[in-house]
Amino acid sequence: MDTAAAVIVSMMAAATPLLYAALGELVTEKSGVLNLGVEGMMITGAVTAFATATITGSSAIGIVAGAAAAMALSLIFAVLTLSLVANQVATGLALTIFGIGLSALIGQGYVGTPLDALPKLDIPGISDIAFVGPVVFGHDFLIYFSFVMVGVVAWFLYKTRAGLVLRAVGESHDAAHAIGYPVIGIRYLAVAFGGAMAGVGGAYLSVAYTPMWIENMTAGRGWIALALVVFATWRPGRVLLGAYLFGGVTILQLHGQGFGLGIASQILSMLPYLATILVLVLISSDRALIRLNAPADIGKIFRPAS
Amino acid sequence: MKRAGLLLAAAAALGLAAGAQAADKLKVGFVYVGPIGDHGWTYRHDVGRLAIEKTFGDKVETTYVESVSEGADSERVIRQLASTGHGLIFTTSFGFMNPTVKVAKKFPKVKFEHCSGYKRAANVSTYLARFYEGRTISGLVAGKMTKSNVIGYIASFPIPEVVRGINAFTLALREVNPKAEVKVVWVNTWYDPGKEGDAAKALIDQGADVILQHTDSPAPAQIAQKRGVWAVGQASDMTKFAPRAHLTAIIDNWDSYYVARTKAVLDGTWKESDVWGGLKSGMVEMAPYNSAIPKDVVALAKQAEADIKSGKRHPFQGPVRNQAGKVVIPEGKTADDKMLLSMDWYVEGVQGKLPGK
Repeated sequence: MDTAAAVIVSMMAAATPLLYAALGELVTEKSGVLNLGVEGMMITGAVTAFATATITGSSAIGIVAGAAAAMALSLIFAVLTLSLVANQVATGLALTIFGIGLSALIGQGYVGTPLDALPKLDIPGISDIAFVGPVVFGHDFLIYFSFVMVGVVAWFLYKTRAGLVLRAVGESHDAAHAIGYPVIGIRYLAVAFGGAMAGVGGAYLSVAYTPMWIENMTAGRGWIALALVVFATWRPGRVLLGAYLFGGVTILQLHGQGFGLGIASQILSMLPYLATILVLVLISSDRALIRLNAPADIGKIFRPAS
Repeated sequence: MKRAGLLLAAAAALGLAAGAQAADKLKVGFVYVGPIGDHGWTYRHDVGRLAIEKTFGDKVETTYVESVSEGADSERVIRQLASTGHGLIFTTSFGFMNPTVKVAKKFPKVKFEHCSGYKRAANVSTYLARFYEGRTISGLVAGKMTKSNVIGYIASFPIPEVVRGINAFTLALREVNPKAEVKVVWVNTWYDPGKEGDAAKALIDQGADVILQHTDSPAPAQIAQKRGVWAVGQASDMTKFAPRAHLTAIIDNWDSYYVARTKAVLDGTWKESDVWGGLKSGMVEMAPYNSAIPKDVVALAKQAEADIKSGKRHPFQGPVRNQAGKVVIPEGKTADDKMLLSMDWYVEGVQGKLPGK
């Protein structure tokens, strides 16, 4: 594998966990709920996926279990914020802290357990073609599936009636409620979807990216995913772009150092975040753009008038 | 993380308050910067704590508070330990230095042990290990094992501790293999498995066939195994993460120091001191050598271990040249502790520039 292909392959792997978590959070936020617990859900997904994959010997079952565990965690958030009307920001932060602690507890017995990495697609003849082989045909199924999910989320939000209803709930829960849509129920589903996707993102880290369990292994990726949603102005296609930009700059700066590029590594490490701020400034200068995409009722508490 | 640490600390503090009765036992407290499940730095300190429990049994009682963030938060935790009857407190991160000294002033009867700092007092000792001695051994092994003559080195922060390790490694590497060079990648973190793994991948893609790390997670060793190259572990034996790739590891071993200091408090002989122990004192150990390493290379490594212990070999034995080729340590001289503690230059054979220089 030549260097260019290697860079692109590691870039895609670095972007994938961010992409899953950010896509899930995007749907949650589009329904008007801000769940800051992404980091906690990701790490819970990571440990559950790893433990399950170790016990059953199947990475696929592990990933499903990771998604389920993170979804269960997100439902705690949903009960607290949607049914019991607790503050979303505080509850989300608490969920992250809870998730980090819970995952450490679950993972105690799994530190240092070996696990085979998720198999990569290997088509004899085709996967060996120079450059195109590894870049297009050399990934594990979760990477391909992440592209599918970008398409599915975009299609769901903008081409289906259910997506329209979900967006309507996020724009104005009072109006949606007045028409007769079950605001709370729809938000429950959106939060659960966000949780499951964060779980898959976490599972990707522990069964494919660095197949092991170690405490706090998400190392802040949940927060980056949250930033990505804003960076993408709540558009699935741009989430994809943003995740790859983040993954790309991270990998490129490591390669740059190895090649002896004379730029301070701290500056290179800052680049993804500088890029986010820059894009935020550019996008925010166009106020119409923000207003079109940001859910108007995000983070607001909904109490149905009785 | 900061919040997590805060909550954990608060929870632990509550637990402490509840269990503060048994008065005749010596209570030994530990403040950790990371989780004990990191399988690296904090994990090794906790192994030392368990050694105290094992050695003294009923005579001691140990407590630990993990994931304490550096700064004001740690001061509260240390004060909490001091005020709940702990007679000896180990604070195991550089950033705990000022809080430790501050609390020590208020509790003159409590003995404090701070790892990696330089501020001492009548009741505050400092200690650290000469990990660079282990780097020398791994340099010799890496120099013999590399085929591409490119070594990848994943570094955390450009502080003397890390630079010293890179230099000691490079000197030993080129002693047995003058053609070998070291590529350094700074990841600006002590602990981020994903990023450490990415750095390992980048270095391997650029031709490195031995990966060294001065970060705490086993991810680089694991990536090395996956890619079929060698790795040297950090802080603890990482063999189980990468049984085929793991050449050896530089192990922090605090057990005997912790036991000795606890004994000193029990005997009433504890005094302020500054310990910087290496292979000789047992604070630094090499993990078992991979069976794939040829016998003569293992013999070379073991001989070097013995020579460092006996004082026959010094990791920084002159002549040592810096990157510009200028002799920094003249022939017949070795680097003194002052030079080691302030090292901010690369030796010949390290590629790239030291950040901030």
